[in-house]
Amino acid sequence: MIIEQLVTSFFAAAAFGVMFNAPKKSLIQSGVVGMLGWCVYAILVYQEGVDAVPATIAASVLVAILSQICAKVYKTPIIIFTVSGIIPLVPGGLAYDAMRNFVQNDYNMAIQLAAKALLISGAIALGLVFSEIVNQVIRKAKWKRIS
Amino acid sequence: MENKNEIINICLLAGKIMLESGAETYRVEDTMTRIASSFGESNAQSYVTPTGIMFSINQIEPTNFIRILDRSTDLHKVAIVNSISRSISGGELTVSAASAKLKEVESITHAYPIAIQILAAAIASGCFTIMFEGQWLDFLPSFFIGGFGYSAMVYFHKVVEIRFFAEFLASFFIGLLTYLSIDIGAGQQMDKIIIGSVMPLVPGLLITNAVRDLMAGHLVSGLSKGAEAFLTAFAIGAGIAFVVSVFPF
Repeated sequence: MIIEQLVTSFFAAAAFGVMFNAPKKSLIQSGVVGMLGWCVYAILVYQEGVDAVPATIAASVLVAILSQICAKVYKTPIIIFTVSGIIPLVPGGLAYDAMRNFVQNDYNMAIQLAAKALLISGAIALGLVFSEIVNQVIRKAKWKRIS
Repeated sequence: MENKNEIINICLLAGKIMLESGAETYRVEDTMTRIASSFGESNAQSYVTPTGIMFSINQIEPTNFIRILDRSTDLHKVAIVNSISRSISGGELTVSAASAKLKEVESITHAYPIAIQILAAAIASGCFTIMFEGQWLDFLPSFFIGGFGYSAMVYFHKVVEIRFFAEFLASFFIGLLTYLSIDIGAGQQMDKIIIGSVMPLVPGLLITNAVRDLMAGHLVSGLSKGAEAFLTAFAIGAGIAFVVSVFPF
């Protein structure tokens, strides 16, 4: 179960790298970033039964931290790694379900699902920003110590 | 004076390539002012929105403007321009060498041929079906439908002027093909196949860029990119919804 999730998420993230024309050298790294992010999400949601919103925050924080590290180490823009890591977390399935319920005139269900999709998008944003803030704090703190 | 014009040209070209390849707005502005300051113009101003770049090398010089009509995703070029800007900051490139290098970057084509990209989209679709707890039986249907959907989007983007219509048509065909595959017994779970096949069309890059731009204080770019992402998502949803409402399940 977890093995198939690991393998498929690695290939999915790397394939997104190809679709976005990411440099060939960074495909494997972005695949690994996507795999680990999705791994956290899948374990929390499918096995531990955690709600999707906190699970998304946890996964996107991890993706953002890993991408910061990769960007530093390989000296490439961070966006190359974040994009393929974030893609699996984007609530495409929920948005689809919401749309389908709208069409079938089940507005109560549709609004519920749409609100959930909105919250998850917000969670992705929160996770991305959180790691950036931590990074900035660390950088500023170091700088003060030197001067 | 001659030199100043050359610097302006380099900054504008670097900004144009980055913005057209899908870099974040704040990165484009940062790169342009950084290049200018490493060539000795420390007071350069740049204002970047998703549809245009305004750049002035200092307050008293006239402001230059570039209109961006075509935006695609090419992270390879973003990375190359980023490394060129790094070596300019490090003082390794002269003005004319940098200009030549950027012109070379502008003319290179995509890093991967279109067939490879379609194959990648197909693989991603199949994998996503499994990731969303679909059955392995549905891997092949979503592999083919996802690949077809992505190639339909690439084709319609070339043919149709209206941007969101291509996404609408592509997701319409995805819905239609999924319906057919269920009908002939090739696919099992309609929802999982559709979600998997639609993933390559989802505007993930736009969403991340919009968030990062908003957080970096680029409110105009963040909101307009967010609007673009919302319209794309809406077009995809509408295409699927159209199929669902025409064919009863």
